[in-house]
Amino acid sequence: MLFAPQSVPALVGSQMHIPDGFLSVLVSLVFWLLSVIGVGVALWRAGQELDERKVPLMGVLGATIFAGQMLNFAVAGGTSGHLMGAAIAAILLGPWPAVLVMTSVVSIQALLFQDGGLLVLGANIFNMAIVGPFVAYGVYHTVLKLAREKPWGTFLGGFVAAWTSIVVAALVVALQLAFSGTSPANVSIPAMGLIHMLIGLGEGLITVGALAFLSATRRDLLGLAPGRTSRRKDRFVWLGGLLIAIALAVLSPLASGHPDGLEWVAEEKGFLDAAQDAPYEIIPDYVFPGLSNVQFATIVAGIVGTLIVFGVALGVAYLRRQRRTSTAYEA
Amino acid sequence: MHFHFLDTYRPGESVLHALDSRVKFILTVAFILAVALTPTGAWPVYVLLLALVVAAVVAAELGVTYALKRALVALPFALAALPSLFTLPGTGLFSLPIGPWTLTATQPGLQRLLSVMLKSWISMQAAVLLTATTQFPDLLVAMRSIRVPRLLVAIFGLMWRYLFVLVDEAIRLMRARDARSGSPTGRGGRTAWWRARVTGGMAGNLFLRGYERGERIYAAMAARGYDGEVRTFPLPPLDTVQVLVLIGGLFSLGVLTLLGIWVW
Repeated sequence: MLFAPQSVPALVGSQMHIPDGFLSVLVSLVFWLLSVIGVGVALWRAGQELDERKVPLMGVLGATIFAGQMLNFAVAGGTSGHLMGAAIAAILLGPWPAVLVMTSVVSIQALLFQDGGLLVLGANIFNMAIVGPFVAYGVYHTVLKLAREKPWGTFLGGFVAAWTSIVVAALVVALQLAFSGTSPANVSIPAMGLIHMLIGLGEGLITVGALAFLSATRRDLLGLAPGRTSRRKDRFVWLGGLLIAIALAVLSPLASGHPDGLEWVAEEKGFLDAAQDAPYEIIPDYVFPGLSNVQFATIVAGIVGTLIVFGVALGVAYLRRQRRTSTAYEA
Repeated sequence: MHFHFLDTYRPGESVLHALDSRVKFILTVAFILAVALTPTGAWPVYVLLLALVVAAVVAAELGVTYALKRALVALPFALAALPSLFTLPGTGLFSLPIGPWTLTATQPGLQRLLSVMLKSWISMQAAVLLTATTQFPDLLVAMRSIRVPRLLVAIFGLMWRYLFVLVDEAIRLMRARDARSGSPTGRGGRTAWWRARVTGGMAGNLFLRGYERGERIYAAMAARGYDGEVRTFPLPPLDTVQVLVLIGGLFSLGVLTLLGIWVW
């Protein structure tokens, strides 16, 4: 709809932006909390060590990543590769500024374009703006270290970092869906994982292409990220990113091996059904007068709903006529 | 592609356009929360919630189908909820033989799937309505009022201001590629590897352009007295009518939610 020529990447990309309704309230709130903490730390670090010029820069870079997500290339059979951008942002800017840039991208996509929901925005920020950059940063610097800072390490690191960030973020999405009881873990984890192992290749290739371009034209920008792990503070981020990646690599097969485990937690702990079932058990004879039958109640609700819409429509028509007559008087 | 094509705001003079952005923002979030809290299979409550949002769209004079249609964008994601149709235990409805396996759809599975899709569709309409009737600067005001950190709001604001410029920039890059036979649709030139490299070069180029633009903008801001502090007007107070709308809206949403939880 919005980017008509790029409808295919829009479809593929939307697998990562969870819409409202797919996560339970509890899961949404937990990830809101985690994201608020993550973004809060990022803001604190930004205030601590970024100079004032970084505020306009980060806004414009957010717009750049947003626009960059429109870039795509044909892979095969009508599918196409495109960019999420968390890896590029983390490699070029460092982890904390990348968190802020990606947070703006994800938030504005949700607020303005309904790409991802509002109640689940916390989860989307967590997946794409915190896990994505952290994992990318951790993996990139590990590969760079192993390559002893040789130039090929930059490209290999860029590719692996971008690929891993996509796959890990997808696994987190799958876990969130499983914990919400929306999709069973033994289906969602392998499905999301496999699809994004392919999508991640596109992300990796574009990231390498971008790094190659920048190293040919503006090599100084590749050294932008503060410290290149030499700073002690960033070691924490580096380790954190790696830990998230490893934990998920171990946790996901475990979770998908025990699908009942997650389902059981979701059902027994009653994220979904407790509120629904409990009143029946506590007050078994509790019946709304005349509304005992769900079908009947649905019909009543339908009639009431239609009346509401009809009433509002009448009101609007009335107001419009009044407005028109008053403007007619003025004329 | 220019500003109007991308901006989701629909200008108008309706009651909803005139409503304070803070009230709209809080009510939208409360509405989506109410939808999320409504349990699976509480169809009457879903119908009422849908009626509420459709009534609001009518009141916003956007045309009844505007939000209904735009909200369908999230439907592809419903694929993620599809497996629950077959995995939830319960009375079987129909079976699909796929190779050696047979998938049996169950009644609770169908209920769960339909509820998730309905919830997502209804919530989406509320969000569509919010952005269609509220200009982005007003949304920023709403964010400030719910205590989103000022630095973050400033970054959002700047991002929105340059979004359209950089999207134009990206479209120019893609047009240039199309003109040189590297189009992602159709024949698309050479190997997928080559196309990926070209797209990567474009991404790097775009990043460079964005980065340099950001520096120019900073220089321009510094020349006009920017000192790293983002100054904003104090929030105007809400008048009585707006407060009443807010309280009334929150109250009725609360009643609907409790109805959904207790009765179904």
